[in-house]
Amino acid sequence: MELFLIAVGAALVNNVVLSQFLGLCPFIGVSKKVDTAAGMGGAVIFVITIASAITNLIYTYILEKLDITYLQTIVFILVIAALVQFVEMFLKKMVPSLYRALGVYLPLITTNCAVLGVALLNVQKSYGFVSSVVNGFGTAVGFTVAIVIIAGIREKIEYNDIPESFKGTPIVLLTAGLMAMAFFGFSGLIK
Amino acid sequence: MNETVKRLKCGIVTENPTFVQMLGMCPTMAVTTSAINGIGMGLTTTVILILSNMMISALRKVIPDKVRIPAYIVIVASFVTIVQFLLEGFGPSLYDSLGIYIPLIVVNCIILGRAESYASKNNVWLSMFDGIGMGLGFTIGLTSIGIFRELFGNGSIFGKNIMPDSYQPVSILILAPGAFFVLACLIAVQNKVKLTKARKAGEAISICEREDGCASCTNTLCMGKSYTMESVMGIKEKPDKKMTVGEALKEKSKDKVKEAEDNDREREV
Repeated sequence: MELFLIAVGAALVNNVVLSQFLGLCPFIGVSKKVDTAAGMGGAVIFVITIASAITNLIYTYILEKLDITYLQTIVFILVIAALVQFVEMFLKKMVPSLYRALGVYLPLITTNCAVLGVALLNVQKSYGFVSSVVNGFGTAVGFTVAIVIIAGIREKIEYNDIPESFKGTPIVLLTAGLMAMAFFGFSGLIK
Repeated sequence: MNETVKRLKCGIVTENPTFVQMLGMCPTMAVTTSAINGIGMGLTTTVILILSNMMISALRKVIPDKVRIPAYIVIVASFVTIVQFLLEGFGPSLYDSLGIYIPLIVVNCIILGRAESYASKNNVWLSMFDGIGMGLGFTIGLTSIGIFRELFGNGSIFGKNIMPDSYQPVSILILAPGAFFVLACLIAVQNKVKLTKARKAGEAISICEREDGCASCTNTLCMGKSYTMESVMGIKEKPDKKMTVGEALKEKSKDKVKEAEDNDREREV
């Protein structure tokens, strides 16, 4: 039950994009079409879940054991960068069909601040291994939900008559703001 | 001497990271709930930007081209860690209110963007001033957005109440949706300025090719893989390895203008 609450909390109540502003770059950049947005979401779920597992293991069994937890930022960002490269190579070799679906988005994820953000939040909240993975998965699902919804709205917005200076990013941000208001409704879900 | 002043002016006015380049949007939206948070985040970023710019510029002949991005990341991350501890020791209240966004300065695109486009090509002195200029530009941006949101969302500036008692604060401005609305208006104003300028100059009007925000600078970081640029940003020719993000964007906008012209022609036919 606790795990379920962590997952729902991460996905809906504290949505990464809409309430914590992490991963805004792909949220605005790769949300023009629903299928690319879904592809990006899939890749993010994949990477964040694995990254939370691995950073948690590294933190508990290396950084804490050697008493060098102050190196966490450096270690995490390098681990995430290496991990993304490794996942990419692994998928290319072993699961080519998944690679074709996610391939393009994988390198873009390295600097998605959501990945590093989740790893750091897991440490901050002193989650154990399972809770970390669940939190990572929930966060990534929240990201996917948000990006797919906004991509759907953007596809419709394309045909609307928008004031010239609001075309492009501004209208996307306004839509995101309205979505953020809607997501406030979830805040009563968990006390 | 002249060049240093130019670097400062470039960072604060002509290439202001917040208002002109629209870089580092994640921290901009997250920490500008109050003016003091904005200025704190801005100055922290400035310190890190100056230090990392100087270090990268000093090591620019030592770092091999192929591993430059990981090397930059390690340098930036080290400085971020140092500054994080200093802040925890000397400014605990600011440290608490900025929270997770301090370590996340590592992935702030302004810092890696400056490293890639300026510090890796220029000497230490100029890179330092580039860091100061860009950092101050970012600080000014964050502080002014912070002042705006705090004034209208809370009726105060730097924690001091200045609005009359009868003023009802628009508290949505300091909540998450407010950040999106403020930023949307900011970019719309910027687009308006661009449009007016382009009209006056009689150029082809092309806004909204910057729909990517800081996704553009993600490309600096995808380890020089050009295919991501092509497929994600829709660039037709394979860009040179040395091509900077700005150039890539220009290239893209050219394509778009061309496309738009083609479409117009078809319609006329």
